[in-house]
Amino acid sequence: MAKFRLPRNSQIKPGKDHGGPEGPSVRTFEIYRYDPASGENPRVDKYRVDMNDCGPMVLDALIKIKNEIDPTLTFRRSCREGICGSCAMNIDGANGLACLKPVSEIKSATVKIYPLPHMPVVKDLVPDLTQFYAQYASIEPWLKTKTPPPPDRERLQSKEDQERINTPSACILCACCSSACPSYWWNQDRYLGPAALLQAYRWLVDSRDEATGERLDMLEDPFRLYRCHTILNCTKDCPKNLNPGKAIAEIKKMMLERQH
Amino acid sequence: MSLVTPLNRVLGLGSAKGGVEHWWVQRVTAAALVLLGLWFACSIASLDDFAHATVVEWIREPATSVLLILTALTASYHSYLGVQVVLEDYVHEPGTKVVLLALSTFVHVAIAIASVFAVLRIALAVAP
Repeated sequence: MAKFRLPRNSQIKPGKDHGGPEGPSVRTFEIYRYDPASGENPRVDKYRVDMNDCGPMVLDALIKIKNEIDPTLTFRRSCREGICGSCAMNIDGANGLACLKPVSEIKSATVKIYPLPHMPVVKDLVPDLTQFYAQYASIEPWLKTKTPPPPDRERLQSKEDQERINTPSACILCACCSSACPSYWWNQDRYLGPAALLQAYRWLVDSRDEATGERLDMLEDPFRLYRCHTILNCTKDCPKNLNPGKAIAEIKKMMLERQH
Repeated sequence: MSLVTPLNRVLGLGSAKGGVEHWWVQRVTAAALVLLGLWFACSIASLDDFAHATVVEWIREPATSVLLILTALTASYHSYLGVQVVLEDYVHEPGTKVVLLALSTFVHVAIAIASVFAVLRIALAVAP
């Protein structure tokens, strides 16, 4: 059966309180810590940060904690402006990018930060995305054609056709959507998940691509596609305001269209 | 440690080339059940009382018998498809899953046939 409880060695214990300043502008951060090499259970450490002396976003606070309080805190970050998708994590109970989430928007007494749910943890807030990337690779995210390209110019596309792929192309593969999906939690070994399916849709509606049929064949499966039960956590959590739920519904409509 | 590549693991046994019919029939039966459910609720509410004789008389009307059988068959089929999805979602041991899927099929077929038999028995009975 699906496992609804964490195994004994994964249960989260209270961790270290790192202390820090007091006052009305101070926010407390409760951060998930786990180091598989230590053999210890995961724990939640507490850090206090004076927000008058820190940038506004959750990522600013994490960087301040790492620089000034605890250099062992591990997380991914790169662009700090919502385009690389590295700092995807579970903040205040919802997946999002730490660089786009203002601390002031979090109304809870403490700011709780965990890694993306239901993914293997490499260390602290760093999830293992190997499977997630392999799912992306499996949908063959590149242009497939039989017609050779025109010798003197690129493959042309009308403005309207280009607009169909504009939005799904804006996905940064941060994994916020897939790791927020309960169907993906229970069946990520067989269900492709919202991120990979949104990208599959992006290539299905590309007017230049000539492999639409083969792409649909690959997705026509009770698990790969039809494990989506339109829960729509994916659309709710997407930090780029994309709509993977609608893209999956459009794929299901295409499947039906070629049956009847 | 498995040396199978992540892509190999994702591709698994390949596409089952199915699922469209299951998904579509589940939605069609859902839409049908909205209409049949509305009929059932209105029809029951319009009865004078719920005495045994009144209800039996109601079931014996040809339109009621046909619609009751339709409701029972549609509901059983819809439930069969739904329970199958729940089992596939949550049961991961292959042996247990196959046994439960088969059991669910037996139970749903039995419920459907018992419902049809019950309606026909009342509808076709010779009045005493």
